[in-house]
Amino acid sequence: MTLSTLLQHSLTGISLGGAYALIAIGYTMVYGILRMINFAHGDIFMMAGYFMIFSMAVVPWWVSILLVCVLTIILGVTVERAAYKPIRSAPRMSIMISAIGVSYLLQNLATYLFTALPRAYPEIPILKKIFHIGSISSSLVTFVTPVLTVLLAMGLMFLINHTKIGMAMRAVSKDMETAQLMGIKINNTISTTFVIGSFLAAIGSILYFTDRMSVTPFSGTLPGLKCFIAAVLGGIGSIPGAVVGGFIIGICETLLVAFGYSTYSDAFTFILLIIILLCRPTGLFGEKMIDKV
Amino acid sequence: MKKKLLAFVLCLSLAASVLSGCGSKSDSDSKVIKIGVFEPLTGENGGGGFQEVLGMRYANEVYPTVDIDGVTYDIELVEVDNKSDKTEAVSAAQSLISSGVKVVLGSYGSGVSIAAGEFFKEAGIPAIGASCTNPQVTLGNDFYFRVCFLDPFQGTVMANYAYQENAKTAAVITQLGDDYSSGLGSFFVTAFKELAGDSAIVSEEQFQTNQTDFKAVLTNVKAANPDVIFAPSSIATAPLIIKQARELGITCPIMAGDTWENSTIVENAGESAEGIVLSTFFDDAEPANKEAESFVKGFKDYLKKNNQSEIIPAVSALGYDAYLVALQAIKDAASTDSAKIRDAMVNVQIDGVTGTISFDENGDAKKDMAFIKTVENGEFKFLKTVTVTK
Amino acid sequence: MKKSKNLIYSAIFGVIILLLLFFLEANKFQYGMAYTILQKGMILAVVAVSMNLVTGFTGLFSLGQAGFMAIGAYVTGIFLIPSDSISEVYYISGVNPAIASFKNWLESGPAFLQPIIPYLALIIGGLLAALFAAVIGYPVLRLKSDYLAIATLGFSEIMRAIISSPQMDRVTNGSYGLKKIPGFTSIFEPFGIMVVCILLMVLLLRSTYGRAFRAIREDEIAAEAMGINLAKHKQMSFIIGSFFSAISGGMLAMFMRSIDSKSFSVSLTYDILLIVVIGGIGSVSGSVIAALLVTASKEWWLRFFDNPLFIGGVQIPLFRTGFRMVIFSVILLIVVLFYQRGIMGKNEFSWARLEKRLLKLFKRGGAKNA
Repeated sequence: MTLSTLLQHSLTGISLGGAYALIAIGYTMVYGILRMINFAHGDIFMMAGYFMIFSMAVVPWWVSILLVCVLTIILGVTVERAAYKPIRSAPRMSIMISAIGVSYLLQNLATYLFTALPRAYPEIPILKKIFHIGSISSSLVTFVTPVLTVLLAMGLMFLINHTKIGMAMRAVSKDMETAQLMGIKINNTISTTFVIGSFLAAIGSILYFTDRMSVTPFSGTLPGLKCFIAAVLGGIGSIPGAVVGGFIIGICETLLVAFGYSTYSDAFTFILLIIILLCRPTGLFGEKMIDKV
Repeated sequence: MKKKLLAFVLCLSLAASVLSGCGSKSDSDSKVIKIGVFEPLTGENGGGGFQEVLGMRYANEVYPTVDIDGVTYDIELVEVDNKSDKTEAVSAAQSLISSGVKVVLGSYGSGVSIAAGEFFKEAGIPAIGASCTNPQVTLGNDFYFRVCFLDPFQGTVMANYAYQENAKTAAVITQLGDDYSSGLGSFFVTAFKELAGDSAIVSEEQFQTNQTDFKAVLTNVKAANPDVIFAPSSIATAPLIIKQARELGITCPIMAGDTWENSTIVENAGESAEGIVLSTFFDDAEPANKEAESFVKGFKDYLKKNNQSEIIPAVSALGYDAYLVALQAIKDAASTDSAKIRDAMVNVQIDGVTGTISFDENGDAKKDMAFIKTVENGEFKFLKTVTVTK
Repeated sequence: MKKSKNLIYSAIFGVIILLLLFFLEANKFQYGMAYTILQKGMILAVVAVSMNLVTGFTGLFSLGQAGFMAIGAYVTGIFLIPSDSISEVYYISGVNPAIASFKNWLESGPAFLQPIIPYLALIIGGLLAALFAAVIGYPVLRLKSDYLAIATLGFSEIMRAIISSPQMDRVTNGSYGLKKIPGFTSIFEPFGIMVVCILLMVLLLRSTYGRAFRAIREDEIAAEAMGINLAKHKQMSFIIGSFFSAISGGMLAMFMRSIDSKSFSVSLTYDILLIVVIGGIGSVSGSVIAALLVTASKEWWLRFFDNPLFIGGVQIPLFRTGFRMVIFSVILLIVVLFYQRGIMGKNEFSWARLEKRLLKLFKRGGAKNA
């Protein structure tokens, strides 16, 4: 393998990892607070792709980006209010089944509304500018993705560690009942979490699909699962962890394919998950959790 | 109380739906022959399946009746969605069988056809595949016929074409777990190795179902620097491969099989689709016969009416032909009995849109010619025909 | 007194079912749809009960059913494909000589062996799946609920990747799948297998092991304090569940006659989960009823949702392809959100309960009429 091929592969891996990281943050935040895997997150990401397609058809790209963010947030919060809130106190299995149900519904709804045919993702002119450096070529979005990911993650860290709403989120994730007794509005806090998660999913979807250019009702499933694994890898509940996890999975996957093991690239991700859960269940950056009786 | 009410309403609607489902079947006094349409409308191949169905619906609109012994029968299409899924295909096939169809048309995607074939055979209902190109569909099944050519032929055609265009090396990209893609890929590999030597395949890559990122695969291909890339794949993945290849600066021609002749690919891949090469069943620019001429004219209007783009997909033409074959077989048999229709089908001969169709001993259409097309200025353009003598 | 009454009811019910099956068997072409759906429902009932055993009774949220089913299906497929059509099936890369000679050996075996080969194949498939379950269960079962779900889901995806990998071409026929698998000769075969499998699982659940499973579901720590060996019982439930999932997978292979790796994707697991949830998590009879009901409505009764519907010449706008699945997901969500108990909750079917229900219904109906 020549150096330029390797460089090209690393570039691909980093860009893929960046998009994964953004989605992984959504998982990690919801899990951190509600202790549930939001199985529908990948599908919200997919719906954001469709929103972009339809809004770009009518308004210019910068309005579309705003519109997509708003619509995705509305969708995310609606899902939370309709499907998760009523059974918040139910056993964990029911909540997870509900999440699977929402994911099932969104996929089928997308198939019904937009057909199973892939839809072309509109091009955002500035992001699609193609660069050639020697024999390596890549579009701007490849470079933008990792940078934007890190910036957004840093912003989010600031929000969580230094603002009032961030403090409320931390409190709720530590102990929901006590937080409620302290006068924190739990519902608002949880909704905020979903707002942030969905917003990042929208941005992630724009970056991911600009690079991959077509959306189908099932585009969200696999990235969704992988991003959850990325979140677990980094330590669920930890934002830097999710970012690191996303990059690790993106790069490893690309390298595996690069060395000719594409058959096992998905399998590898899951093996990684099992290994990490056995050796270090809290992930790379996670805090130790104690089971309460 | 509220819950009970809701439960009651749900039950009621369920019951009502069951009743209405039965009710619609009850009118039996008019003379009707039912033809089953066994196609995927959702799932991975939902897009292609829909285009094939359009061809059949149009054919039904053009030829809505058939005369048997002076009695005019109306032909009713019974459509069923097999979801591109083998598990679902069995019950979908069964629902056609039990709704009393005499002939079945379809399906897009060979896997579901193979799965359902056994059941059609058991029920004694002849089936006509429109665009399922896998050899296993008709092999060992006396009730399955098809109007298109086969993958080994198609793979050889593309290998020949590539070799004629001075390609000395080729890379092959196939989808894991997909019999169409993997099968066609391996037929191409065999044929190309025979022509250009054993070392002519410089890279063989696989990707997973539902994979959307092909950059790693393509970077490997780029490093191997082939003269052509052969990437048979579904409509869903094709634009992704094409666009990402061009973005990585791969300039060699990308080739594929019949699935790629689909306007969706051009729409999705945009400029990147320029110069892709594919083999297909049909060319609308030069209609081979009268049937084809009127089809090209009428079907374009029909597409417009259905809000589709005006490029005629080859699978629609095949769907149309499959319907014509069924119609002719019913006429030849002069009977509505499935077994007789099947016996008539063996000797059927029609001038279809995609050329003259008659069946060999396997039930495959005798076709020895494929159309090679490319994309130019966002439209499919006919390049040449390639004939291979087996 | 009461017991004998129940016995009589059950006997009558059993006879009715058998008569019904005889009727269907005799008229299978006329009632092809019911025949097919019933078979598929029976097959799914087995896997639904096995999932319930693991998820509902032991409280281990496992989403690996599709992977275990794939193991069973492929073993059954490889066993049953007649050896004269095997080269036709492995048409790309040929079959592994070991498999070919094994099949020749099997088919040249004594005549009394031939009719039981399918059952043998099912059991061997089940045992292989159990072996896999034991190996992966050891590390995976230490995980907590949702991690367990993802890990088992991952396992089933890994299984699928391995089966379809080109390296396995000569064994599983990789991407091309297996075909020409002989099917069931009559509807009594799947019915018999289903009854035996479910009976075995019910017996297990009624034993001390079953009670231990339930104790683990209710409270792990309390169960451990009572002296239940957590690891052992979880492992046991997981292995047994996988065994029966694989048997169901093998039956599915015989039902479908042709399989490929794509049939065993995550969505299959989700479909089974849907059955378990609708039937009631923790109820065997619920799972069986739901398996039949869901299969029938999904693939038969509600199919018309996909077709354009005309009432009085006016097309009802919502009805087109895909609507059926939307309705289904909505039903699933409604059940999860508002009827968490499903059809049966944690209860089992009993005649007394049915009697009570019916009486209540009649009384209320009577009151309304008056």
